[in-house]
Amino acid sequence: MGKNLKLVTDPLNLNNPITVQVLGICSALAVTVKLMPAIVMSMSVIAVLAFANVIISLLRNTIPSRIRIIVQLVVIATLVIIVDQILKAYVYDISKQLSVFVGLIITNCIIMGRLEAFALGNKPIPSFLDGIGNGAGYAVILIIVSAVREFFGSGSIAGFKIIPQSFYDFGYSDNGLIILPPMALIIVGVIIWVQRSRTRELIEEK
Amino acid sequence: MKLDTNSNLYTFIYASVLVIVVAAALAFTAVKLKPMQDKNIRVEKMQNILQSIGINANFEEAEKLYNLHITNSYAVNSKGEKLKNVNAFDINLKIQYKEKLENRILPVYEAKTDDDSVKIIIPLRGKGLWGPIWGYFALNDDYNTIYGAVFNHKGETPGLGAEIATPEFQKQFNGKTLFEGNQFVSITVYKGGKGSALKAGDTKHGVDAVSGGTITSKGLEGMVKDDWLFAYKNFLAKNKK
Repeated sequence: MGKNLKLVTDPLNLNNPITVQVLGICSALAVTVKLMPAIVMSMSVIAVLAFANVIISLLRNTIPSRIRIIVQLVVIATLVIIVDQILKAYVYDISKQLSVFVGLIITNCIIMGRLEAFALGNKPIPSFLDGIGNGAGYAVILIIVSAVREFFGSGSIAGFKIIPQSFYDFGYSDNGLIILPPMALIIVGVIIWVQRSRTRELIEEK
Repeated sequence: MKLDTNSNLYTFIYASVLVIVVAAALAFTAVKLKPMQDKNIRVEKMQNILQSIGINANFEEAEKLYNLHITNSYAVNSKGEKLKNVNAFDINLKIQYKEKLENRILPVYEAKTDDDSVKIIIPLRGKGLWGPIWGYFALNDDYNTIYGAVFNHKGETPGLGAEIATPEFQKQFNGKTLFEGNQFVSITVYKGGKGSALKAGDTKHGVDAVSGGTITSKGLEGMVKDDWLFAYKNFLAKNKK
């Protein structure tokens, strides 16, 4: 039981896919201007990762090793297309904002990485938990980054104005720079910095 | 008997079965979700049309407001004659765009704003740099003066070509006229930053291009001229007051 719990909690901090393994950065930069799209993106990645892990784990003893990467990609691509179609049907506005990035989940290295490293060698239940854990680890960073960017870039959180109008009247203005992709990279950098200074064991010897 | 998962035959069969299962799953989802996706696209179109007469409808209200404000819709041909038995809303502009100018079937919407004035809404379609651009002109009932304009795009570059979808760009069109006397001149897009249209002395038919979006601006000009809007010329000229 403790082992299974670790599968979910480890990727949140000690083995975070974004800040420690530095995977899946590209979408983390692209969809973090506002909180809502980032949350939807995170949910999509969690769903795709968890189910892809389970499916590959169920199939693991039957997959011919020569075409295993192709099989993995087919499974991921199928799940992503299904997620994309569901978003288009139920949350059309957000799916327009996410545009190609939902499709690009297919190429998100976190997913391929987990399938290769974990699902191919483990039973379905641990694989499912591993998928949830890693997806959640990705989600945490996305949500932090997008909350910071939306607050400073648009003065709101999840669409609700946080900074009162009186501030603007006094000459405060939203920071346009923070909406641009490079600032997302810098925020991710700051998160890595904070995380490492708090968790000493992450720092390499040299 | 243990299966040899590395044999060629096994690999082939495995791959074939996998893609068939996957194809079936995808086809099933696509068919199941299609009606809802189509509805979303319809509602978005209604939102766009309403936006051209200055009404920002959210997703839930769009259909209600559309039925309230859009009083009539019909299709015309390039001679300006009204066509019977055509549902204007369902005309696919993408297909019409590929037709020759004189063969196109062109939708027109009539709207009533809150102050009871009648507006004529003309849909637009054109080519941007990366994909299609489209929009709507709302004309006053003189069939000449632009009351409001909206543009949208599939995938123009953010910050450059995509600026055509901003209110700042679209506001420039308000009050411009399509005709000079009886000559249909439409709108010209001037390159060279803010104030270029003014510099060129064209305050009635000129707007400033988006900076850094030359091809998008050119495409937009084509959309309001030869590529698309000229097909409406006869219709507009006939009704012009």
